[in-house]
Amino acid sequence: MTSSSNPNSQLGFGTQSVHAGEARQKPNDAITDSICCSSTYTFESTQSILDYLRENHDREEYGRYGNPNEKVVERKLAALEGAQDAIIYSSGMAAIVGLLMCKLSAGDEIIFFDQCYHRSREFCLKHLSRFGVVTHQVKTGDMDAMQAAINPKTKMIVSESPTNPHLSVIDLEAFVAIGKRTGVETLIDSTLATPYNLKPIEWGVDYVWHSATKYMGGHNDLLAGVICGSKEKLEPVRKLRGILGSINSPHNMYLLERGLKTFALRMERHNHNGQKIAEFLENHPRVEKVFYPGLASHPSHAIAKKTMKGYGGLVTFLIKDADWKQTAAIIDRCKIPRIGPSLGGVESLIEQPLVMSYFDYPPEQRAQFGIYDNMIRMAIGIEDTDDLIEDLRQALEATNEGGPSR
Amino acid sequence: MKFRTRAIHIGSEPDSTGAVVPPIYLSTTYVQPGPGDWGTFDYSRSGSPTRARVEKTIADLEGAAGSLAFASGMAATHCAVGLLQSGSHIVAGCDMYGGTYRLLHKICNRNNISVTLVHADDANHIAEAIRPETKMVWVESIGNPLMSVPDLEQIAAVTRKAGVLLAVDSTFVPPCILRPLDLGADIVMHSATKYFGGHSDCLAGALSAKTKELHQQLYFIQNATGSVIGGLEAFLLHRGIKTMELRVREQSKSAMQIAQWLEKHSKVQRVLYPGLPSHPHHQRAKRLMGDQFGGMVSFEVAGDIDDAKRVCKGTELFGLAVSCGAVESLIEQPATMSHASYDPAARAKAGINDTLVRISVGLEDPEDLISDLDQALANSGGA
Repeated sequence: MTSSSNPNSQLGFGTQSVHAGEARQKPNDAITDSICCSSTYTFESTQSILDYLRENHDREEYGRYGNPNEKVVERKLAALEGAQDAIIYSSGMAAIVGLLMCKLSAGDEIIFFDQCYHRSREFCLKHLSRFGVVTHQVKTGDMDAMQAAINPKTKMIVSESPTNPHLSVIDLEAFVAIGKRTGVETLIDSTLATPYNLKPIEWGVDYVWHSATKYMGGHNDLLAGVICGSKEKLEPVRKLRGILGSINSPHNMYLLERGLKTFALRMERHNHNGQKIAEFLENHPRVEKVFYPGLASHPSHAIAKKTMKGYGGLVTFLIKDADWKQTAAIIDRCKIPRIGPSLGGVESLIEQPLVMSYFDYPPEQRAQFGIYDNMIRMAIGIEDTDDLIEDLRQALEATNEGGPSR
Repeated sequence: MKFRTRAIHIGSEPDSTGAVVPPIYLSTTYVQPGPGDWGTFDYSRSGSPTRARVEKTIADLEGAAGSLAFASGMAATHCAVGLLQSGSHIVAGCDMYGGTYRLLHKICNRNNISVTLVHADDANHIAEAIRPETKMVWVESIGNPLMSVPDLEQIAAVTRKAGVLLAVDSTFVPPCILRPLDLGADIVMHSATKYFGGHSDCLAGALSAKTKELHQQLYFIQNATGSVIGGLEAFLLHRGIKTMELRVREQSKSAMQIAQWLEKHSKVQRVLYPGLPSHPHHQRAKRLMGDQFGGMVSFEVAGDIDDAKRVCKGTELFGLAVSCGAVESLIEQPATMSHASYDPAARAKAGINDTLVRISVGLEDPEDLISDLDQALANSGGA
């Protein structure tokens, strides 16, 4: 490592988590990066502005176009993802909006696999449509349906992998092959996988999208999103971000960089806890079904095993013969995980998708999205495995039904 | 609940906002219910919600009656020796951080407090040094930089019998490995800048007391002297503690691997790591600490002071810097850096050679760290 880390370096993932993207020798010889809050950056003279404009020096100009803290994290994430470039946004949704607003124009079409984050779907159906962009959805993992839905207007095909909350894993080889064959760009939301477990760029995917709020930040204390891809494809995306202004703040970027230092350790632990808890749940008599790619019973198990190092901390499960209130009562009895949305932090969280994300949807639509009344989604943190299992056991086995009053 | 679960949840209980991560309070003062009618918090030197949370977490992890968070490890140490008075005597282990040596010999002496340094690896040395005016015994649970391991149980028996306070600087051995209070210590000091914070980005110190009375006495001194931790640092410290057990487990594993590798290296004279069977206190360390020995490793380079300097300067992944316990690996030469504040004669007496190199193993891949040390040793000249 010389002045800054080489993204193609052969160093281990843990070493890259700590060092990649950072200058070896930092200002004032500090071991950690400083937080640069300046909203604007000054020039020595008019001549230096002219030199900057003509020669496009790599330096700061105005805070909306970027800041030093954000650039360090962009380099680190690009290195970890094995991508040429990465662009950070103020949230995961800001990232997908920034990419799609850049790549799609009136008359263009985009196709999603139908298991996807409900806000991404909502943005495309309700808002991109206002700008004349048409969104299609096909059954998750159905490559023939995806191929059949493509027409000359199609510009992008999109999937999560694994999907939320069903944890379906996409055959990236087949997905990318469709894109290449038809000249359509591919986008993978890899939030649940993270580059520790899967690097979609290596499979030929054009864009990788993360809500970096989740495993990357890892401490439930910052919002961030990122798009990774080639320099060439991301250049106009970066320019548009400079206009739309959905940049992240230096303070957040510092916390994200700090969070990434323990990325490898945390992911190893999330993977471990996720697998152990999924196995515990599958063997529990009160549980009807568990969705976790590390289980042989999951339809995506074979493809997950082939492509992923581990399967993360998100586990979804159904309670046997339970209505939504009885299911809620189990959640309410948990003592360690707090009840709330989000995932990927050190603290475990638990929620009922029906209540948390789909309460306003009519039942038939919920059924269409595979959201059941007796479904629980647990975002497993890095607490002690036995503590979490014991807590779930008491919550599942307690006899007092309790639950919400309505 | 086990250590890691408690580190994440104790002290982070929900407030009225429901936030999973408690808000950061920077307020210097708090509005009171009435004149002379004090609320929970008044002036932030006396306490703040953010500091109170991290103190609660630390107390739980240490098994303490109460903990106090300071602006630095030295501020915490200064508060602890604030229990002494003019004419008091302190017995301290000589395998000791240079800053503590400086405080005891060059600041405490101004208050007519005297110090006797002993090799603390034998509890008899401590028993023999205790005088009627001795008020405190100060030892490091793994000595810096020679990695000696005192028998805290035996020393606690000595101090209990003599009616003397036992204060343990456990900076090299965080509570996920060793809890000195459980072994009979009265006070534990941590430079929380190290394994607690863990990310080289917040200075912090912590004192944990075995009894409520001792906690109250220390709190009185802390509040009166004012070297408290700030709100932002308290937040970063609390954030770091959540991954402490994971980090230390990994660092212990990597340090063991590196120590074993160093021991076989022809340019290394001697490796000091309590996890190695060759370490004189290996059995004792195993009894007290189990199967983890932390991320600090010292070794003597075959050659002279310049060879040791060349090793320290020659690394590319290890940063050449004092401090330790963080995600980034560091390397330094105690004689010229962490222990330069010792008088040279005292340094020689303690056994800190000029060829000694101290490393703090971070979270990088251990194979990457070994290849870095390999090239630095290869280019060092020497034997």
